[in-house]
Amino acid sequence: MKNTLPRLAVHKFSSCDGCQLAFLNAGEALLTLSRRAEIIHFSEAGWENPLAKVDIAFVEGSISTPKDLERIKAVRESANTLVTIGACATAGGLQALRNGVKQFADWVGDVYASPEYIQSLPESRPISAHVKVDLELWGCPVTGKQVLDALGDLLNGITPVNSSEPVCSECKRSGHVCVLVSKKEPCMGPVTRTGCGALCPAFGRACYGCFGPAEQANTASLAKQFEHMGLSAKDISRRFLFITSATQPFSDTGHGYLEQEDV
Amino acid sequence: MSERSLNINIPVLTRVEGEGALDLSIENGKIGELRLRIFEPPRLFEKFLEGRSHMEVPDMVARICGICPVAYQMSAVQALESILGLEPGPWLTDMRRLFYCGEWIESHSLHIHLLAAPDFLGFSNAIDLAGKHPDIVRRGLRLQEAGNAIVRLLGGRSVHPVGARVGGFWRSPTKADATRLLEELKTLLPQAEALVRWTASLPLPDEKQDFESVALGKAGEYPMNHGRIISSKGLDIDIAGFEKEFSESQVPHSTALHCHHNGQDYLVGPLARMNLNHDTLPDSTHKLAEETGICFPSANLFHSIVARALELHLALTEAIRLLQNYKPADTPYQQATHRAGIGFGATEAPRGILWHRYELDETGSIVSARIVPPTSQNQARIEADLRTALNNFGLDKPEADLRQHAETIIRNYDPCISCATHFLKLKIKQT
Repeated sequence: MKNTLPRLAVHKFSSCDGCQLAFLNAGEALLTLSRRAEIIHFSEAGWENPLAKVDIAFVEGSISTPKDLERIKAVRESANTLVTIGACATAGGLQALRNGVKQFADWVGDVYASPEYIQSLPESRPISAHVKVDLELWGCPVTGKQVLDALGDLLNGITPVNSSEPVCSECKRSGHVCVLVSKKEPCMGPVTRTGCGALCPAFGRACYGCFGPAEQANTASLAKQFEHMGLSAKDISRRFLFITSATQPFSDTGHGYLEQEDV
Repeated sequence: MSERSLNINIPVLTRVEGEGALDLSIENGKIGELRLRIFEPPRLFEKFLEGRSHMEVPDMVARICGICPVAYQMSAVQALESILGLEPGPWLTDMRRLFYCGEWIESHSLHIHLLAAPDFLGFSNAIDLAGKHPDIVRRGLRLQEAGNAIVRLLGGRSVHPVGARVGGFWRSPTKADATRLLEELKTLLPQAEALVRWTASLPLPDEKQDFESVALGKAGEYPMNHGRIISSKGLDIDIAGFEKEFSESQVPHSTALHCHHNGQDYLVGPLARMNLNHDTLPDSTHKLAEETGICFPSANLFHSIVARALELHLALTEAIRLLQNYKPADTPYQQATHRAGIGFGATEAPRGILWHRYELDETGSIVSARIVPPTSQNQARIEADLRTALNNFGLDKPEADLRQHAETIIRNYDPCISCATHFLKLKIKQT
């Protein structure tokens, strides 16, 4: 009998491998997945067919070398639906902290004795900077539920729900004590996209924005609040320039304060 | 036939973490070029850390590796606390060991079942393996989930956990959550025992090599979070002496730096740890080790999978012990005043010694950072192993067999190229 299951690929670019674990940590769901879809390409799990045509391609990692750039175009060609998973693929990742750094070449020289062997693009950029992306799943890391729910919806022909409300809403619903108000911690919850389960506030600490900006995030206002709390311009810039530093409005707000610091 | 020259080209080595390649040419029946090529884009974490507050370090270094973020956090807090003059008390020491047990269980189980086992049983991936041996794969997935559950107890999530901080943990788990987990872990102990026996029953090649094992040791227990750096050739130094003893150099074919000891390759990871620390195993794990019939120290790298299974059993046994008398802490963390200085951290990541060095200024900001991950330490060893092992295997063997054998050897080391910097493609050139 011909296998007519939807065809699936998982690709990796510059990343820590943590978002692919949404599949590898799925336990029993990993085994049932193989009855709902045919895995065509997933290097870490043992399938190697990077150019084969697929219905859905999941992409982890950012584009940071000339080779990545060629590869992502081929991935786009091969897939009907392209879904980015995680902060690297969706926002350029933590490694985007190098973007716009004038001394980037010197940095490579500091880490490597022979920087001429290292091939790198000047910036680490998200997948959507280079090819059309059909669905972006945020998070550093994405959760297993996020990925498997999205996959389930796609397999059923439904457009996945992709919440962009702030961590704050989820945090309030969960009944956590507000760390921004009660502990005067510089919490990024008001401007950060939810999905983590408001984990940091649950641990009594400030959210550090690992799911990227929420919709209509008022970063300027939150930054002002941080100023009133006594944070220096440098400290404020670092809150915004961390896991998703290359994404607006985190990028503008963060760099704005960074420049104040330089003056 | 033995004098043949061949071109073998394996485009991508699968079932490893991260991506890389092996270039191998066989010329006139001899191995010519052999390079473990790692061309994962450099992510330059050491530079990103400069100017950041020391409090941001655990969250940042976790992102180096999604498989072993706990290891990065633990080496970092150890180094930073040594500068700040913080001494972890008994509660924190126990909880950090528990945290680490979770990561070992998760990482070792993932490697044994999803990455390595298909090699020894003739499958190309774990889903196909599960088709034939569903119970083996299910057992692996359950153990992996148990490891993740331990990390979640203390860290909130298993990948890039948020619970650890300089000075301790942000929150102390509730007694009820700890008890629930303890009961679950107890039910898994027989599974971990069965796993050890099963790995020892696999058709592992008998192949001895001469190499130096390097691991933490003299810790008064099987090493995870602390110890001296010791070796099978008599090395015994404080972790601060790492840079003097071990040299890191760049080779053109890799974005991961190569490490050497006295100009020679060396081994870190489960087999090296087991070789140097088997006398500190808890009684039940020690008994299991004896049952396998393998005598540690072992010079057979194929015993790595058994060492990994034994360590999983040890970690589960330890986790149960640590949870048995668990009491939540009133103050799960200590706060420190800023202090300038240089500090070192070395812990046993699932794949071997993970060494960190930080310099802080008087405002608590990072002046410089240096991180030496286990896979870059094993890189030269993997190349040396392949040269010897493929020769012993027979260079006149069919191309597909050579390819499979080379990949199996590389997987013995469970290379984490994401840590070392990434990318593993296998290209064998036989001319």
